[in-house]
Amino acid sequence: MASVRLEGVQKTYPNGHVAAKGLDLDVADGEFMVLVGPSGCGKSTALRMVAGLETPTGGRILIGDRDVTAVPPQDRDIAMVFQTYALYPHMTVRENLAFGLRMRGASREVIDQRVTEAARALALDAVLDRKPAQLSGGQRQRVALGRAIVREPKVFLFDEPLSNLDAKLRVETRAELARLHRRLGATIVYVTHDQEEAMTLGSRVAVMRDGLLQQVAPPMEMYRRPANRFVAEFVGSPAMNFLPGSIVSQTPGAVNHRNTLGIRPHDVTLVPRGAGTLDALVDVVEPRGSELLVYLRLGTDGSGPELRAITPPETVVEAEKVVGVRLDPARLHWFEAETGRRI
Amino acid sequence: MAPAFLTILLVALFPLAWTFWESLHLHDLRMPWLGRPFVGLNNYIDAIGDPRFRGALYHTLFFAAASVTLELVIGLWLALALNRAFRGRGLVRAAVLVPWAIPTVVSALLWRFMFEGQTGIVNAALLDLGVIGEPIVWFIQPETAWVPVILADVWKTTPFVALLLLAGLQNIDASLYEAARIDGASAWRQFRHVTLPLLKPAILVALIFRTLDAFRVFDLIYALTGGGPGTSTEPIALYTFNALLQNLQFGYGSALSVIVFLVTFGLAMVYIRFLGAELTGSRR
Amino acid sequence: MKGRKLWPAVALVLLVLASALPFYWAVLASFTPEARLFRGPSLVPGELVLEHYRALFTQRNFWIPIRNSLIVAGTTTAFCVAVGALCAYALARLEFRGKLPLLGFILAVGMFPQISVVSPLYMLLRFLGLINTYPGLILPYLTFAMPLTVWLLVGFFRQLPAELEEAAMVDGASRLRAFGEVIIPLALPGLATTAILTFVYSWNEFLFALSFTLGPERQTVPVAIALFRGMYQVPWGQILAAAVIATAPVTLLVLAFQRRIVQGLTAGAVKG
Repeated sequence: MASVRLEGVQKTYPNGHVAAKGLDLDVADGEFMVLVGPSGCGKSTALRMVAGLETPTGGRILIGDRDVTAVPPQDRDIAMVFQTYALYPHMTVRENLAFGLRMRGASREVIDQRVTEAARALALDAVLDRKPAQLSGGQRQRVALGRAIVREPKVFLFDEPLSNLDAKLRVETRAELARLHRRLGATIVYVTHDQEEAMTLGSRVAVMRDGLLQQVAPPMEMYRRPANRFVAEFVGSPAMNFLPGSIVSQTPGAVNHRNTLGIRPHDVTLVPRGAGTLDALVDVVEPRGSELLVYLRLGTDGSGPELRAITPPETVVEAEKVVGVRLDPARLHWFEAETGRRI
Repeated sequence: MAPAFLTILLVALFPLAWTFWESLHLHDLRMPWLGRPFVGLNNYIDAIGDPRFRGALYHTLFFAAASVTLELVIGLWLALALNRAFRGRGLVRAAVLVPWAIPTVVSALLWRFMFEGQTGIVNAALLDLGVIGEPIVWFIQPETAWVPVILADVWKTTPFVALLLLAGLQNIDASLYEAARIDGASAWRQFRHVTLPLLKPAILVALIFRTLDAFRVFDLIYALTGGGPGTSTEPIALYTFNALLQNLQFGYGSALSVIVFLVTFGLAMVYIRFLGAELTGSRR
Repeated sequence: MKGRKLWPAVALVLLVLASALPFYWAVLASFTPEARLFRGPSLVPGELVLEHYRALFTQRNFWIPIRNSLIVAGTTTAFCVAVGALCAYALARLEFRGKLPLLGFILAVGMFPQISVVSPLYMLLRFLGLINTYPGLILPYLTFAMPLTVWLLVGFFRQLPAELEEAAMVDGASRLRAFGEVIIPLALPGLATTAILTFVYSWNEFLFALSFTLGPERQTVPVAIALFRGMYQVPWGQILAAAVIATAPVTLLVLAFQRRIVQGLTAGAVKG
C-alpha cells in the first residue's frame, strides 16, 4: 500500500474547459478517501488523473514517493473499478480476473492461486467460467472488484461503483467495501456524487466544486463544522436550512455585514407558539416512519423564508397551524453572505 | 500511434494526390506528333462545343434521373415492407442483396442476354403474354435500348437503397406511430407526417450516394450496350474512357476527366452542405 | 385486416421473384446447349449439358482470370483490413486537431470518380513499370477501398466503450496490447464485415482492371467475361457459364453473411 498525493494539480482541456484548478490532496497510506461533489465538479477527472488516464496540465501526482505524473497507467501499479465495471465481454470471469496478472507476467501458479482466493472471497466460484453477459448486476460488480483485488495494487481507485446498483444492493455492497478496506488495509480513493455514501465509507471526505477542493475532513467534523455554505448544504440529509440575517456587532461604529445563518433540520425543535426563538406556519408534514419532516414558513402568516425541521414521530403538528420554532444555539452555523465562508 | 497512422495515411493517399496533381496538369496536350504544346483551356472549349459530349451529358442526366427516382420509390416501398417482422425476412433480404453483390458487368450481361435478339427470353415472354405483336429488337433503337439499361441498374442497386432506408426506418421511435394513431391519423397520414419527415436524412443519404454513382456509371453501359446504338446511350464516363484509351486523345480526354470530376465534386459539395445541415440539425 | 397483411406478402414474393429471375434464367441457360439458347427459350428446363463449362476451362483457360481475381481481391482485402483497422482505431480513439476535416477528406476520396484518375494513374503505373501486373491493380484498389474500410471501421470502433481499453491499461496493458487483446476480439464481427465488403468491391471492380491490364495473363474475371469473343457470334453459353462461376463465391458469401453485411452497410452510412 502507498500514499497518494496531488500537488497543485490542474487540468484544462483543449476546448477551454477547466476541470481542476489547483488541487492539493494528501491521502495517507491505508486511508479511505472519498471525493464527493455534484456532477461536473471534476472529481472523476481527478481520479482519472491519479489513474493516469488523463494527464494534468499542471502540478504533480505522487504515489508513494514516486512522481507518476508522466507515467502511463499500466506502470502505476494501481487498480480501478469503473462505474460501468468495464468487464471484458469476450472473456470468462476467470480470464477477467486473471487479465491484470497476465499482463504483468505473473506465473501460472500465482495467477491460479490469487484468482481462486478472490473468487472464494467474493462468492464467485460458481460462475468462474461464465461470461459477463450471463451474470447479474451484483455479480458483475463483484467481478470488477475481484479484478482489482487480485492485482494487490498500491492504490485502489473507485469511480462511482455503486451507482448502477439498486438501493438494497447498494447498501449491502457498501458494507462489503468497508469490510474490504478493513481487511486489506488498502489505500482507497473513491469518487461518488452521493453524500451519504461519502459519509459512511470515508475515513476522510473531500468535497469538490467546480474543480476546487472545498474541504477535506473526517465525516463527522465536516458535518459539524462545514467550512463553507456549499459544504454545509451538500452534506447531511435533509439539507441544512439557510436564513438571511446578520450578526450585529456590539462595538460602536463597526460595520455590520450581511450573513447567512445555517441550522440543520435535526437541530430545529417544534414548541408551542410563542415559546421558541421564532414563530412559523406549518406548510407540509411528511411522515417518514422514524421521524417527521415538517416544512414551515417563518412568521405567523407564513410569509417568511422556508424552514425544514425533523421531529420525533409522535409530535402533534398540523398544516396551517402556527407553532414556535426553537433553534439550538450550540448548533448554529454562520456564513458570510458573499463568499459563503464560515465565520 | 499517431505518427504510424500518419505515415500509413500518406502512403495510401499519395497515389491519389499525385493523380489529382497530374490531372490538373492537363493543360499540356499529349498529341505525340505535335509534341506537347500548351493550349490552355482550348480542350474545355472544345468539349463544351462537342455535340457528342453534350449528348453524353444529357444521357448521363437522363439515366441518373430515371434510375435514381425508380430506385428511391421502389427502395422505399421495399424498406417499408421489410420493416415489419415476418418469417422469411432474412431470406428476402438475402435474395434482394445478391444482385448488389455481383460484378456490374456480369449483371449487365445477364440483362443483355435476356433482351438479346428477337428470341431473347423477354421478347418470348412478352409475345406469349400478348403484350406485343412482334418481337422488339431492343438494342437497335435508342429509345428501347435505355429500357434494359435502366432496368438493370434498378435491379442491381435498389437493394442498397432499400437497406439504407430500412436502417433509417428502424431509427424511428415506434411510440411516435402510436401517438399518431391515438391522435386519429390514418396509415397514409402517419406515413406523411411521421415516417417521411423522420426519414429525410436517410433519404438524402441514399439520394446523394445513388446520384453520385449514377453520374459515374461506366461498367453497366460498357457491357450492356457499349454506348450504342452508335453513341446514343453513351454516358460521360464512357465517352471520356473512349477519348482516353481508345482514341488516345490524352489532352482532350483529361479535360473531360476534369469536367466529370467537377460535376461529381459539385454534387458532392451540395450533398455535404445539405446533409451536414440535416444531420447536425436533427440528431444528437 | 387479413387483406392488408396479404398484400405486402404477395408483393414481396413478386419482388424476390423479380430479383431471382435473371439468375435463374442465366443459370439455366448456362446448362442449355448453344443451339437451343435462342430457339424458343423457355423457363422450363429442357435438355441440360455441360458443354459451356467444359469449354470455359479447356478452350479459354478460365482458371487464369479466376486466379488473378483471387490474388488481387485477396491481397487488397488483407492489406486494407489490417492497415485500415489501425487507422480507424487511431481516428476513433485519439484526439487531435483536424480530425474532422481528415475524416471528411477520407470520405471525399472515396467519392472520387474513377474515370477522372484513370489517365494519370495509367501514366504513373506505366512509369513505374506496373502495367499488367498484380501490384498495378492492387495499389489503385487500395486507394479506393481504404477510405470505405476506414469509414466503416471507425463506426464499429466508436461503438465499443472506451472504458474497456482504460480498464485494460490500468490492468497493465500498453495501448497496443489493449488493442490486440480487448478491441480486436470484440471488433471481429466488424472486421469480418469490412473484409467481405472489401473483397466484394475488389472482385467486382472493372474500370481499373480493364485499363491497367493488357492481356489474359493478368485480367480479372469481370474483364475476362466482358471481353469474351466468339469466332462467329457472341458465345452466350460460355459467357453465362462464366458469369455463374464469377458470381458463385460472392453470392455464397453474401448469403452466408447477409445480416452482417446489412449491419456494415447501414452502420456506416446512416449512423455515421
